Amino acid sequence: MPVMMNIQTPLFEGQLICLAPIDHAKDPEFESQWTHDAEFMRMLNTEPMRPLSPVQVKKKYEAIEKDIEESKNLFYFTIRARLDDRLLGFTRLYWIEWTNGAGMLQLGIGNPADRGHGFGSEALRLLLRYAFTELKLHRLGATIPEYNSVARHLFAKAGFVEEVRRRQAINRDGQRWDLIHVGILREEWLARLA
Amino acid sequence: MNNELLTGDLVRLTAEDPQIVAETFSRWGRDSEYWRLLAADPARLHSARATREWLEKEMDNQRSSLYLFSICTLEDDSLVGQIGLDGVVWSHGESFVGVSLGERQNWGKGYGTDAMRILLHYAFSELNLQRVSLTVFEYNSRAIRSYEKVGFKVEGRVRQFLNRDGRRWDMIFMGILREEWHNHALKDVEQ
Repeated sequence: MPVMMNIQTPLFEGQLICLAPIDHAKDPEFESQWTHDAEFMRMLNTEPMRPLSPVQVKKKYEAIEKDIEESKNLFYFTIRARLDDRLLGFTRLYWIEWTNGAGMLQLGIGNPADRGHGFGSEALRLLLRYAFTELKLHRLGATIPEYNSVARHLFAKAGFVEEVRRRQAINRDGQRWDLIHVGILREEWLARLA
Repeated sequence: MNNELLTGDLVRLTAEDPQIVAETFSRWGRDSEYWRLLAADPARLHSARATREWLEKEMDNQRSSLYLFSICTLEDDSLVGQIGLDGVVWSHGESFVGVSLGERQNWGKGYGTDAMRILLHYAFSELNLQRVSLTVFEYNSRAIRSYEKVGFKVEGRVRQFLNRDGRRWDMIFMGILREEWHNHALKDVEQ
């Protein structure tokens, strides 16, 4: 089945959320709070959790936009509520290998009260459509710590399958966990739309 | 103590001047197959000067996470390859490893396997890592055999990652844990 889209199809708008650019004035304060949430930071990636002040977040945003400009293989979006444009989280496509059509994806909903409302699922749906139709990628991957069952469920629901298990690659609180790589191919994404 | 930490049966690992490393990388890269076995981005040519700049920047950026060695033969001390831990993550005790042998007459002689044995020993008993990872393209069966020989196990496949010569190829992830390396090294001694 062809993807039913035309020039009027809004790429960045869902029912609950929209994908939007960074708001350099307002966002740093919110993201700074998220970086103080150890659980969130440990779910998101494997790096040691480290809180950032609003000024540091601002610098990070500037570095991201510089990277976008120079590397041409990164797309970064904030996730905002349709209702009031409130910042909910962020998502990015990174390490895009243009000649191979392969890319990586990451997504986070920052405030615990905003989780479980379907914001992440919808953002993921929009991002997959963007990656496969607008960017014409062939495959997408994501890495998820074994202990992040919410993300594993979210990605599985969107059609990602487990591809790699880096055994014991994570050490948290004296315990070893695997780092799981999940992936989805273009044709798998298309088949699910049918 | 072990003064032979960086010496194997066929090769030893050394530190060469960036200029020499850059010149060899630049020369080896003129063989497109070398590049396509090594990297996922399009094969292209790099001058020694550009390579040196890239190398010095990498060494600067990754001061505490990049361990790059040149591979020299014990027979006549000629420089045949490069091997390195790239991106050591100290908090989890993990690193990726990459190895390449530049000239075709040096392929298939066991230099890479020997260099990898030395490097694993260094990674586990000097850096005290918990695991070492690598990625290899599905069409590089010579490398896969070599990695299996030193104890790496396949941990999964990034499906259809590469698009080359009109078809799709997987990128294979391999890994070796500290305990596995230890058991494997013991077995080697017994044999």
